[in-house]
Amino acid sequence: MIGIYLILSLLIILSIFTFRQRKIIYSLVISFIILQWALTIYEYINLNIIQFYYFMPDAIGIILLFVLSVLASTSLLYSFIYIGHRQDTPQAESIYWSALILLISAISCAYLANHAAIAWIFVEITTLSASVLIYHRRTERSLEGSWKYLFICSVSVALIFIGILFLGLATQQSKVGDLFYSNLFNNAGRLDEFWLKAAFLFIFTGYTAKAGLVPMYTAGIDAKDKAPSPASAIFSSALMNVGFLGIYRIYSIAAKTNIHQWSKIVLIVSALLSLFIAAAYMLRVRSFKRMFAYSSVEHMGLMTIGLSMGGAGLFGSILHLILHSFTKAGLFYQYGSVFRVIKSKFINDAGGYFEKNTSGALVLLLGFFMITAIPPSGMFISEFYIFRSMFENGYFWLLIITAVLLTFIIRTFGEIIFKLLFHRDENRSLEEKQNTRISIWESVPQYGLLAAVVYIGYNPPDILVTLINAAIKNFG
Amino acid sequence: MINIFLILFIVTLFVCATAIRLKTFIKAIAFQGLLLFCIFFVRLNEINPVNLVLLLLETLVFKAIVIPYFLHYLIKKNRINRESEPYISNFASLFIITSIVMTTFYLANTLKGGVFGNIYFVISMITIFTGLFLMISRRKIITHVMSFIIMENGVVILSLTVGIEMPMLVNLGILLDIFVTVLVLGIFANKIGDMFREAEVDQLNRLRD
Repeated sequence: MIGIYLILSLLIILSIFTFRQRKIIYSLVISFIILQWALTIYEYINLNIIQFYYFMPDAIGIILLFVLSVLASTSLLYSFIYIGHRQDTPQAESIYWSALILLISAISCAYLANHAAIAWIFVEITTLSASVLIYHRRTERSLEGSWKYLFICSVSVALIFIGILFLGLATQQSKVGDLFYSNLFNNAGRLDEFWLKAAFLFIFTGYTAKAGLVPMYTAGIDAKDKAPSPASAIFSSALMNVGFLGIYRIYSIAAKTNIHQWSKIVLIVSALLSLFIAAAYMLRVRSFKRMFAYSSVEHMGLMTIGLSMGGAGLFGSILHLILHSFTKAGLFYQYGSVFRVIKSKFINDAGGYFEKNTSGALVLLLGFFMITAIPPSGMFISEFYIFRSMFENGYFWLLIITAVLLTFIIRTFGEIIFKLLFHRDENRSLEEKQNTRISIWESVPQYGLLAAVVYIGYNPPDILVTLINAAIKNFG
Repeated sequence: MINIFLILFIVTLFVCATAIRLKTFIKAIAFQGLLLFCIFFVRLNEINPVNLVLLLLETLVFKAIVIPYFLHYLIKKNRINRESEPYISNFASLFIITSIVMTTFYLANTLKGGVFGNIYFVISMITIFTGLFLMISRRKIITHVMSFIIMENGVVILSLTVGIEMPMLVNLGILLDIFVTVLVLGIFANKIGDMFREAEVDQLNRLRD
């Protein structure tokens, strides 16, 4: 199936690139959405069965693939709106569509790959397609953003490859064999410790560029700032999850060996610094998208803490990952409408959104409650699990620092969102009589995503609980 | 025989560190591609035709011919100033690279055993760190791309150390990585050259908080 998926999606990308009529593109995009869902369902049915030699859908891969498929559908849907409101050349439009579809299919394959090096190839492809998406607006700043993203990610991908080679060295002396994740995981105890440490450091550092954690988080911020909002939604959810998955995999191997404690400290330090960076920079952001991007850094930090705690913390962390993806994507989609109404991306120019687009403003308001984990947000549950695991493991200082930093973030986030919603500038509102009207229907999928956050948080479906339990079983 | 190639390889790094003109830099990179091919060729125990073709493509065709030619084209097209304009003096970068070489050798000799004794491992580490150093110490965007290529060369040598048989798909992936990354980096460098008057990193400072 995965072979068929790859071939078909390549065909779709090529034909979008060749035929540039909108009608053909739209029908191809819809057929891609169907293909994506077919892949998801097929892989769920064939859980833990090796396919195409290098691919094996495991529990966490399936969870992430499901999240991606939901967000891919909505992102492609919002791309229709986004493209419809811009006057781009047919060439630019076809490049946008093909890059987005390439990104989605590369992320899917990266989730399912069972071989360290194969996953690496698909991570590389996500970098290339993402940088094309960032450059979509063809302005100086988007060029700057895509250059920085491409360069930092290329360096990070090279670091990952060095890490994979070290992993090869770790296996060499003990004759463990190929670099299949399942193989490495089963033989983790026999790996050479020194090289496993080196591999962990390099692979972790490399994947932080995708995940948005401390050493290399900067690239992702600029990328989410400059990309079109449907693409930013994918960047700050599914693409970050690629990084999280990479870290999860290498940590699951390290956790079975003597370096467990050491790797745990690495994760906690990086996560804590990420939280700190997010809290500090959110105080001085000037545009909404950058604020959302820093908020993603914060949530990724929380998830990493959960990952390092294991047990209930890891359960919370995976739940948090799902819920954060849905919420953040919803906020980014809504930002697309905000930009069309306010016509500026800067926080200083914003205000009075509640009067201009009530249905969208409600999304922002609810999204704010969801993302800051204020009940009835489902993220309250997942964060509760993470905090509880910190408490149970005796990391009180970590718990206190995290809570203080989160308070800062909630305060700043709230200030900015409420300014956008309710702030009234008399001079501005007079000159902007001809408002852009946003249809209520545009907000409906966002309500759907937010409702899913509440529903999944409080009443996770049995299938999901089984999958998450299977994913955390690896950590003993 | 192989030691000569490796010594020459380190010499090219010193050439890169002191290169005043970009042309010299590119020539050094092309020469590195050639050396990589020689090293691989000598190391190759059995000649598998498919591997040989891939190797030829990877080192000789891309690294020694296509990429240098492409870089040359970029410089010409964007009328980039011929000098490499480092942030620090040539003497300082020569000093730093020498100390990288010394430290790596010293560390490899103190941490005896296993891979540390392996000369390829030492050379690859030197190359990777030199690439990273050149990346942060140069002002032009095009020199960043070049330093990235040097770093990738180091990774290629490292893969020799490991000596595990990577699957075919991975080989293809590496090929894609080297080719596409450099191509895309080049294309964007080209765009930057079109959009900003001077293609320098100092100009790329507008995205910030």
